[in-house]
Amino acid sequence: MKPFTYERASDVASAIQAVSQTPGARYLAGGTNLLDLMKLEIETPTHLVDVSRLPLATIEASAEGGVRLGAMTRNSQVAAHPDIRARYPALVQAIVSGGSGQLRNKATTAGNLMQRTRCSFFYDTAKPCNKRQPGSGCSALGSLSRANAIFGASEACVATHPSDMAVALVALDAQIETLRPDGTSRSLAVADLHRLPGTSPETESELAADELITSVNLPPPAPGGQLYRKVRARASYVGGLASVAVAGGRLVLGAVALKPWRAETAEAALASGASRTEAAMAELAQAQDPDQNAGKIALVRRLLGAVLDETNTGRGA
Amino acid sequence: MSSVKDWAAPNPITENRSGLIGKSVDRYEGRLKVTGTAPYAYEVEPPAPPAYGQMVTATIARGRITHIETQAAEQSPGVLAVWTHLNVPPQARRGERLNPRSQRPANPALASDRVEFYGQTVAFILADTLENARAAAEKVEITYAAETAVVDFLASLDQGELPPGEEDVHIGDFPKAFAASQVTVDETYFSPIQNHVQMEPCATTAWWDGDKVTVHTSIQMVKGGQHALAETLAIPSDRVHLITRYIGGGFGGKGQAYDDLTLAALAARAVGRPVKVAYTRQQMFHGTIHRPAVQMRVRLGANADGRLNAFALEAITHCARHATFTEHAANFSRNLYAAPNRLTGHRLVRMDIPHAGAMRAPGEAPGMLSLECAMDELAEKLGLDPIELRLRNEPDVDPETGKPFSVRQLEQCLHEGSQRFGWSRRNPKPGQVRDGRWLVGMGMAAAIRGNFLLPAKAGLRITADGVLTLTQGMTDIGTGTYTILAQITAETLGVPLEQVRVELGDSDMPPAPGSGGQFGAATAGSAAYETGMVMRRTLADLATGDPRSPLYGADPTLVSFANGNIALDNQTETLAALVARSQPEGVYVEGSISPAADARDYSQHTYGAHFAEVGVDVVTGEVRMRKMFGVFAAGRILNGKTARSQVTGGMIWGVGTALTEANTIDPRFGSFANQDLGTYLVPVHADIVDLDAIFLDEADDKANPMGIKGVGELGICGAGAAVANAIYNACGVRLRDYPMTPDKVLEGLMAKGL
Repeated sequence: MKPFTYERASDVASAIQAVSQTPGARYLAGGTNLLDLMKLEIETPTHLVDVSRLPLATIEASAEGGVRLGAMTRNSQVAAHPDIRARYPALVQAIVSGGSGQLRNKATTAGNLMQRTRCSFFYDTAKPCNKRQPGSGCSALGSLSRANAIFGASEACVATHPSDMAVALVALDAQIETLRPDGTSRSLAVADLHRLPGTSPETESELAADELITSVNLPPPAPGGQLYRKVRARASYVGGLASVAVAGGRLVLGAVALKPWRAETAEAALASGASRTEAAMAELAQAQDPDQNAGKIALVRRLLGAVLDETNTGRGA
Repeated sequence: MSSVKDWAAPNPITENRSGLIGKSVDRYEGRLKVTGTAPYAYEVEPPAPPAYGQMVTATIARGRITHIETQAAEQSPGVLAVWTHLNVPPQARRGERLNPRSQRPANPALASDRVEFYGQTVAFILADTLENARAAAEKVEITYAAETAVVDFLASLDQGELPPGEEDVHIGDFPKAFAASQVTVDETYFSPIQNHVQMEPCATTAWWDGDKVTVHTSIQMVKGGQHALAETLAIPSDRVHLITRYIGGGFGGKGQAYDDLTLAALAARAVGRPVKVAYTRQQMFHGTIHRPAVQMRVRLGANADGRLNAFALEAITHCARHATFTEHAANFSRNLYAAPNRLTGHRLVRMDIPHAGAMRAPGEAPGMLSLECAMDELAEKLGLDPIELRLRNEPDVDPETGKPFSVRQLEQCLHEGSQRFGWSRRNPKPGQVRDGRWLVGMGMAAAIRGNFLLPAKAGLRITADGVLTLTQGMTDIGTGTYTILAQITAETLGVPLEQVRVELGDSDMPPAPGSGGQFGAATAGSAAYETGMVMRRTLADLATGDPRSPLYGADPTLVSFANGNIALDNQTETLAALVARSQPEGVYVEGSISPAADARDYSQHTYGAHFAEVGVDVVTGEVRMRKMFGVFAAGRILNGKTARSQVTGGMIWGVGTALTEANTIDPRFGSFANQDLGTYLVPVHADIVDLDAIFLDEADDKANPMGIKGVGELGICGAGAAVANAIYNACGVRLRDYPMTPDKVLEGLMAKGL
């Protein structure tokens, strides 16, 4: 680990100023991902500004009739909240399918969104990785990994985004609210937060380095069934092979791209009267098919179809 | 040499008057472990502030180091030394033995510029803190001249050769009999590389006192570690004091010493202060050993009535080019089922990858994954229940050696397990039982694992307060050794458990072979029992020879030991009173056990039967274990709780083996694809929902004086095959390539049009 300095922010404004004015500074929230990466020298911040104790940990009703999740609410706190459980079951299902109990107690809502890929070559510092070391190459391409992306990948990077929660948030049309050093705030859909790799996979989100997420806002849930289902090799504590979130007719796929993948083609197909099976096939027709991933495409197609059936979304076969 | 007949007479253990033998006594060291106060090797407090070592490992599979740039590391904060092959202190050459009786030869670290496998130690940093050592390690720049490496096992199967000194075993005429069989199975199964992933990585704390080094290290074999280090440092072994008191899992992976031990000792000598060295989790994968992959071809030829006429199991496995190890995946099958015509053997491919080695039930663990599935396949072809097929092939004597079995309760395990599990609920036709999105099925498999007794010694002291302290150069790798040795000693001397202390894991103590091959309990335990008997005779002589004792003048062979007393008829006194009066400085005795000369006249094994129920998600191919039950017959059980933990732990390994656990070599780099617990997937709590095991009543008087046998490896044997057979019964997909991950199951489901 590279030596670094640490400070505990006393309020939101000074936290942002500290990161803004210190080259190489990073926000530290739950630390469940950043600290691991620092130990491996994949992340090498010079300074950590601990925002985990800032007063951003409340869950409250929003003026629009939805719910506002403070950025520093804990994953387990959100998943246990009665309003969330009653109105946003897909979010609860997504959160509890991520990490382990201990991790969810520590991990924050904003930190969950900002976690980095679990691509094993990103973690193995002896191997080339464009995300870790731009220009070095992508070792995951042509590897034995079944974790690679099937949507939106590039020659430079085939990693996937690891968050379960983010997949449900996109399906629920959640927005993040951020604060910037100049005091301005902005609102951004979670769906627009993460970038696809393109030629610069090292840049992962639309946020500036010193921009702080202050809340995640859930609009009132749209009518229609909600479900999050994650396919995984063991029953807990492992990343998904694929996942699907359905909420109010919005379909989002997880573990298939470097961001939660809105299945817009399938949505459009359903809207135009296609059957669920046809919609799933239409979406997957666009998937990339490098040899290792043939099984994954079939898996996602079947999973999407089954979840549509279960939530009674669209027309049956 | 003794005979097994000497073991038949009743003794304090078999009589079990106070009932301690078999009792589910809590772990002797349990409280220390769960409260975090049991110091593991790295946590031992040394006599002076320590320095910290960090290893740097190779990133090529084969070749030569042409340059190592160490300047930046040397100038890094807190760094005390940077070692490479160019400046490491002198060590003996690899394989050298100063003392021909050393159990292990020299194993030097950083010995040359040659790289023989990815992850080999190539540099070493010593610094004032672990953080500074790790930071400096990142600054070492190594240039290699890489050479072509053989790293792809499946592409190298044709390179397989007979393991050194071995031949195939032919009995009868297998090819002819197989060709003439009415019903046959001829299938190939694959068991992948597995890693031990012990919770505690290998670690050492070392310091010198004059010319003698003390090392606290995590190792299964005390003498082996002591000798390896002594030979490497080219010093007599009595100048190495090795201590291994608590071990966070071994599973065979800590059966030998690694570079942490060597480098800690060398560095502590070089800087004149204690040194701690540990492997990182990632380094454990490459820098220690793994279970090699095995490809197994099984051929079964049966008559229509289900009796096997021809049987063959041929295994191809691999090891490192310069470190011979053979995963004897076919050996177990030589003792399992009757068949007059038999062929078994192994081929070994040498590769430029990390060292293959022993892992829990080497041989049986991968081997039974093939045969026990092939039996399931044969049963279906014959239209027989898989239990019935096994019963029809139950031999009267060992099917290869013709020797009598000491005890063999495989049939009883099958019957009892079938009853308790509810095997009659199973629909023999696959894919018939549905529970929501889950297809549900049941499978079973037999279990067999050899039983061994090795020579061992123990020491026992009784002090004037009546406390008995057993000392033995034995290890407890988390299995319950401390606990069972306390029970044996207490029962032998007729004292309450609280009156016994156990001290293990020290090279100054009477030697025992350590933990491995499920020989630990029988071996160390028998030595403890024999030592207890020596103490009984010594105390009896002491009492009957002391005019101040109420037992004075009595026949020492007639005295009894119970409730902390030594007694004859109405004459009694406490052991404490006896020792305090007659020998207040205490009494110390040693005893030993040796294998009986005629023990190998019997075919001696432990047996079991596994039953599994799984659900297969018909959409995704996910498999979840729903219920698992095991019945085992393994001699007299010393501690119901620790024994059950051993076999259920083995069964859980079986679930991992069947569903998730595997590593592969990335052929582009020669490195493991999985290097942490986020990618090398062992079962978690949520995977193990309803799993239990029982032991049948048994005593094997051919095994040792106590009639006990090992249980540490039995539980894994066959367990994965039971799960695989349950998958088939659930959905009709027969997979022969472990582990049966969702992608493979899904491919099978789709091929069936599901």
